[in-house]
Parts: sequence; structure tokens; C-alpha cells
Amino acid sequence: MVDIPYDRIAGIPPAEVPDVELYHPRSWWTRYVFSQDAKVIAIQYSLTASAIGLVALVLSWLMRLQLGFPGTFSFIDANQYLQFITMHGMIMVIYLLTALFLGGFGNYLIPLMVGARDMVFPYVNMLSYWVYLLAVLVLASTFFVPGGPTGAGWTLYPPQAILSGTPGQDWGIILMMASLILFIIGFTMGGLNYVVTVLQARTRGMTLMRLPLTVWGIFTATVMALLAFPALFVASVMLLFDRLLGTSFFMPSLLEMGTLSKYGGGSPLLFQHLFWFFGHPEVYIVALPAFGIVSDLISTHARKNIFGYRMMVWAIVAIGALSFIVWAHHMYVSGMFPQFGYFFATTTLIIAIPTAIKVYNWVLTLWRGDIHLRVPMLFALGFIITFVNGGLTGLFLGNVVVDVPLSDTMFVVAHFHMVMGVAPIMVVLGAIYHWYPKVTGRMLNDVLGKFHFWVTFLGAYLIFFPMHYLGLLGVPRRYFELGDAAFIPSSAHSLNAFISVVALAVGFSQMVFLFNLVWSLFKGEASGGNPWRATTLEWQTPETPPGHGNWGKELPIVYRWAYDYSVPGAEEDFIPQNQPPRATHVVEGAAS
Amino acid sequence: MAETVLTHSGQSPARLDGWRGIAADWASDQRTFKNVSWGKAMMWIFLLSDTFIFSCFLLSYMTARMSTTVPWPNPSEVFALNIAGNHIPLILIAIMTFILISSSGTMAMAVNFGYRRDRVRTAALMLVTAAFGATFVGMQAFEWTKLIMEGVRPWGNPWGAPQFGASFFMITGFHGTHVTIGVIFLIAIARKVLRGDFDVERRGFFTSRKGYYEIVEIMGLYWHFVDLVWVFIFALFYLW
Repeated sequence: MVDIPYDRIAGIPPAEVPDVELYHPRSWWTRYVFSQDAKVIAIQYSLTASAIGLVALVLSWLMRLQLGFPGTFSFIDANQYLQFITMHGMIMVIYLLTALFLGGFGNYLIPLMVGARDMVFPYVNMLSYWVYLLAVLVLASTFFVPGGPTGAGWTLYPPQAILSGTPGQDWGIILMMASLILFIIGFTMGGLNYVVTVLQARTRGMTLMRLPLTVWGIFTATVMALLAFPALFVASVMLLFDRLLGTSFFMPSLLEMGTLSKYGGGSPLLFQHLFWFFGHPEVYIVALPAFGIVSDLISTHARKNIFGYRMMVWAIVAIGALSFIVWAHHMYVSGMFPQFGYFFATTTLIIAIPTAIKVYNWVLTLWRGDIHLRVPMLFALGFIITFVNGGLTGLFLGNVVVDVPLSDTMFVVAHFHMVMGVAPIMVVLGAIYHWYPKVTGRMLNDVLGKFHFWVTFLGAYLIFFPMHYLGLLGVPRRYFELGDAAFIPSSAHSLNAFISVVALAVGFSQMVFLFNLVWSLFKGEASGGNPWRATTLEWQTPETPPGHGNWGKELPIVYRWAYDYSVPGAEEDFIPQNQPPRATHVVEGAAS
Repeated sequence: MAETVLTHSGQSPARLDGWRGIAADWASDQRTFKNVSWGKAMMWIFLLSDTFIFSCFLLSYMTARMSTTVPWPNPSEVFALNIAGNHIPLILIAIMTFILISSSGTMAMAVNFGYRRDRVRTAALMLVTAAFGATFVGMQAFEWTKLIMEGVRPWGNPWGAPQFGASFFMITGFHGTHVTIGVIFLIAIARKVLRGDFDVERRGFFTSRKGYYEIVEIMGLYWHFVDLVWVFIFALFYLW
């Protein structure tokens, strides 16, 4: 066996941690169902998240049908509309995006990209998925209980969330809280794994500053989630007690259906603080993995190193840290002490700086790059455009005086769908096109992919761009129907109908994507191990799809950062991270 | 790069001290926290997350207490006991606190004997720690019973703000759950120690990972954390 010498130039110290022996699956059940392999868990996470995400997609169709053609569909009543809003928001933000980025992409990519055999505690990782599945099932069960799911809005603000009159007051709200608590417990088990794997289980030569930005994004988002979800956990427990035990943490003394309720002395604002202490970091828990992944997509498909790698890393960390001190910008209209607005508006606008650094660096990476307009790249470019759009309206809403009149209008709906709906979903889709060959060994169909991209990208713009205009007109959000308000011109109604038609079309185009996923699994072109000629470690595995334990006998050794594309003088336009420097010869028997 | 020098010492370059050492560790490959095992790192990060949970509970309680418009019951009176005709404020809580802090001492001793591979003493001290923890939970059950008999409920109490009972049951209940989980794990790990699992590095039933005496220390981290949280609950709920 060749001893790998310590190489001062490449800086590769000897192994500090002995190679671990993994759990060996003994049966079909432990290989594919109760699997401890992070890659299988990742696929389980992704499929579950996508399944519940499809439910949320259907809910959005129902909402759009009602908004576009009020009074036409008798099977949607006002209560149901509120339930659709609530479940659509909650599922999309938490059960789809958070679970998909961290549980799905995190599980698949972290061990591969840092050169580990698996997550550090595979058994705990497996439990994480099963608790998540339980949380999803509890959530889905609310559609079938008496009274249906809660209609409190995805923010679940008390007092209305638990009072009679809000749909789902019987069972929906209780099961929603139970599901959130389960989700947080499950996520914590997975999240601890992701963080410790990145910090303590990297392969030789893999320093933090050689990590692909994908890992940086997912890692920072996971750290944030471990610190932000506790606030939601506490808020959920307390709201559950208010509803079940009759405590008054959040419930002031008020009249309910004409009689004085049993509650008194609680603070609804306290809930909002707890909720948004979680809720704002949550935006970046979804956005940071997207930032990281899109950096890698752009660099790979533009055949150029990422511009300003270190700044990209520090921007991710700075955004993560800043996002913990901006939460009250969601509460400008809540009746908070008004001067708090100065502080929170200032911190909110400061976040624009690291975010703008990232956008400039993406654009400068593209600048004079050898751009290949493959499907993942198209989605990455689509992300930049939608994200800039959503980010700029964020500057509007971060200012108190602008936010107050716009706060309850469609402008906000347009803003957050652009910035944390469409933009991260663009990255999710691009990332699936990018890594599908590694997961399955086959390429996704290109023609269907391009069709899918253009319908999704243009469609999303046609849906959400006009909403800004509706919002500026003062069209309120959350309303079941607009009625004959004098300030809403008839053109706004036609625009609503137009948006609904496009939304249905974009929704159905996702079925093309689902078809592509299934069809390519069997009929797709064989991809080989590294179809994009990418540098990062997951493309250098001995097998595709990677086997249990990821690497063969020896763990890979990393000699360079993740972005050696188009290096002058190099034979190829990419140099994998585990390719030793040319001048370094491994001398056999060099030991002492 | 012809002058590439190859050395093979079989060990990492010397570690630096102070801030330079921290920077070097963060700039290094493989592990950010050198000589910290995966399990220990994971426990520390979990405890950080758990700190945020307890902080949110305590901050919510403090918000409720500060903003209430009706009087807050006086903890010295509520948590007083009549023992042999003497009215002693906070006596039960004082004893409970003493017991829990003592259990931290026995836990620390167990960790010490664990690293000396003294199976019997390690297991015995862990069981003593578990017994202290169980006593604490038992006294808490007594305290709950007493308050419930006096009419304290999550939704109200005879002396003032209804948030008193709500916060009390929620926070002490959540902490008591932590102690109970700790007791269960203490007993389970003590059994493994006594059986010699960590001497032969026997694999776990569920995880199939080898066991080491370090697990005693990781258990200790959790236990000390639960004690530390109690100090804050004691100060902020009972002494305020």
C-alpha cells in the first residue's frame, strides 16, 4: 500500500479520523426502506416533500380558480379558501422547501461533496426522515378530520387562530401544531448530522474554504434552522396549550361570539415575535441553499471559476447572521412600539449589501464565460432574474412608510413569491436537472426540459409580475372575493382571470417535468459519471450512482478548490478537486 | 513547482496556541474542532439548539410576568412549606436545587472513573446520579401535586395572574422531561458500562456503532446542561 506522504505544497496532512465501518444492510427492508444510507434517505425526503408539495400546488389552483372567476365555482366557499391559503403556505415553506433543500439535497450532497462515506450518525439520520414523514402524515390528516385543516393563515396568528369562527378550530389547528412540533424534532436530528458532517467529517485536504458553495449554503442554513426552529417550537407548544388547556399565553381577554371568552392577559404580539424570530431566518433557510447551489450551477455551466469565492462565503455567513435581527419588519403594522421600526428597517436594508455582492458575483462569473445554455443553466439564469426582481421589491417593503400601505395587498404576495417561491423553486428544478444523472445514471430529456423551463419561467413572470400592479392599486390579499369595491377597476378583475389561466398552465407544465423524471429513469440517455465535466467530488465517485459508502476502498484526497474551470495551461477545461498538482509526485517508500 | 518538498512525519504540523491556533483549526482540513469526536460535537451543537428553546420559554414567561396587569403570585409564599410548625419559604425548591447540583458532582466523578476504565465505580456513580435525578423529578411531582391541591391550574390560580400556573407547569414540565430522559439514558449507559460494552467496543443494538467510554462524558454534558438550565429557572422563576 502506498503511504500518502504529507505534502507541504498541496497541504495534505495525514488522516486524523480512522475510516468508519458503515452499517451493512442485511435485507431489502434495511436497504431501501429503513435505510441508513444518506443517499436513500435523501431520495425518501425528496419524494415525500414533492408529494406533499403537489398537494400544495393543487391548493394554489383552487385559490386561483376562485380569485380569477369569483362565484363560478360553487365547490369553493370562503372557509375553504382560507384553509387553502393556510395549507398552501405552510406546506410550501416548511414541508416542501425546507425539507427538500436540507433533507433532500443536504443528505445527498453533503457527504459526497465533503468526501465522507455517509453522515456522521446514519441511524439518527434515518430517524429524522421517519419523524418527518410522520409530521407530513399528521399534516395531511387534517384534510380528513371534522372541520378540516386550519384556516388561520400560514402565520397562525392568535387570537384568531384558535377562536371559533376560524375554520379548523376543532382539530385542524391542534394537528397543525402537533405536526410542526414533530417536524422540528425530526429536522433537529437531521440538522445536527449535517452540521457535524461538514465540521468534523471532511476528507483529507478538504478545508472549509475549499468547500463547494452548495455545502456552504446548506451548512449555514442548517445552523440557522437549528437556532430559529426553537422559537417556532416554543410558539407551537404555547399555542397548543392555549387551545387545549385554556392557558392564556397569547390570548387577551376578548369577546367570542358575543360572550366573554375564558382567556385573559396574554399577548398576541409575543406570538408574532416568536413566530418571526423563526419566520425571517426561515426565508434564508430556504434562500441560502439556493444561493449555494446556483453558484455551482453557474460556475459549472459557464466553465469559469466562481467570481469572489471568499466574498461569496462571507456573504452567506453575513446574511445568515443578519437574518436573526430583522424579524420585526414583518410586524410594522402589528402595533409594535413605532421606533423599533428604525432599527429593523436599518438592519433589513443592510442585508441588501451581502445579497447584492452575491448577485454581482454571479453576473461577473457569467461575464466572458463559456456559457452552455443547458437546462440547469437556464434555471440558474432564471433564478438570478426572479431573485433580483423579488429582492428589489424587498427594499420597498423593508421601509416602514412604504410597507404600511402595501402590507395587506397583493404587492406582498408578489414580492415573497418572487423572492422565496419562484426563485428557490427555479434552483430546485435546475438542481434536479443537474444532479439527476448522478442519482440515476441517466440524463433527463433535454427537449422536455427546455419546454419545462420556458413555460415555468415565463409563466411565473406572467403570474407574479402583474400582482405588483394589483397591489399598488390596493387589491387586498387573503380575500375570498373582491366584490364591487370602487377603487378596483374592471381591468384588475380581468388581470386576475389572466393570472389564474397562466397559473393553471404553469401548474400543468410541471406534469411534463414529472413525466420526464419517470420516463428518463428508464429510457434516458446514459450519462456516465461526470456528464457536465464538473470539478466537485460527487462527480468523481467510482460508481454512478454512488454505492453504499460513496467511495471505493480509499477516501478521495482534495488538492484544490471546487472551481478550477478553464485553468490556463491545463489539458482540460476542468480539474477535479481530487486531482493532484502536476509537479507533486507521490514517492513510494518516502516514509522516514 | 520543481522544488516541491515532500515530508512524511506521520503527524500534523505542531498546533499553534491562542487565536492563531483557532484560525489554524478553522482553516484546516478534516476537522474544525481537533480532538473532538463526532458524538461530542453533536451533543454540543444540540445543547446550543436546546439553549434557544429554553431561552424562548423563559423570555416568554418573563414577557408575560412583566406585562400582566394583575398581581403576580409571590413565589416565596406559594413555594413555602410548613415543616414541624415552621413556615419556611422556598424550602422544597432549595432541597431540589441542592440535589440536582449534587448530581452534577457525582456525574463528573463518573466521567473521571470512566476514563480510568473503572467499570464498577463508573456505573455506581451514574446510578447515584440517576437516583438523584429521579428524586428531583419525584419532588417536582410532589410540588405539582401540592399546587394543584391548592387550586393552581394552567388557566388560573387563587392568587393572581393566570400566566403563573401556565408558565410554571410548562417550564418545570419541560425541564422535568429533560431530567427524566436523562435518568433513562443514565441507567441505560450505566448498564452498558457495567456489562463491559465499552471495554470490548461492543456495537450498539440500533446504531451498530462501537461504544467508547467517551459516551459517559457526552452523557455528562447533557446532564450538566440540564442542571445549568435549572439554575436559570430557579433564579428567574422562584427568586424573582
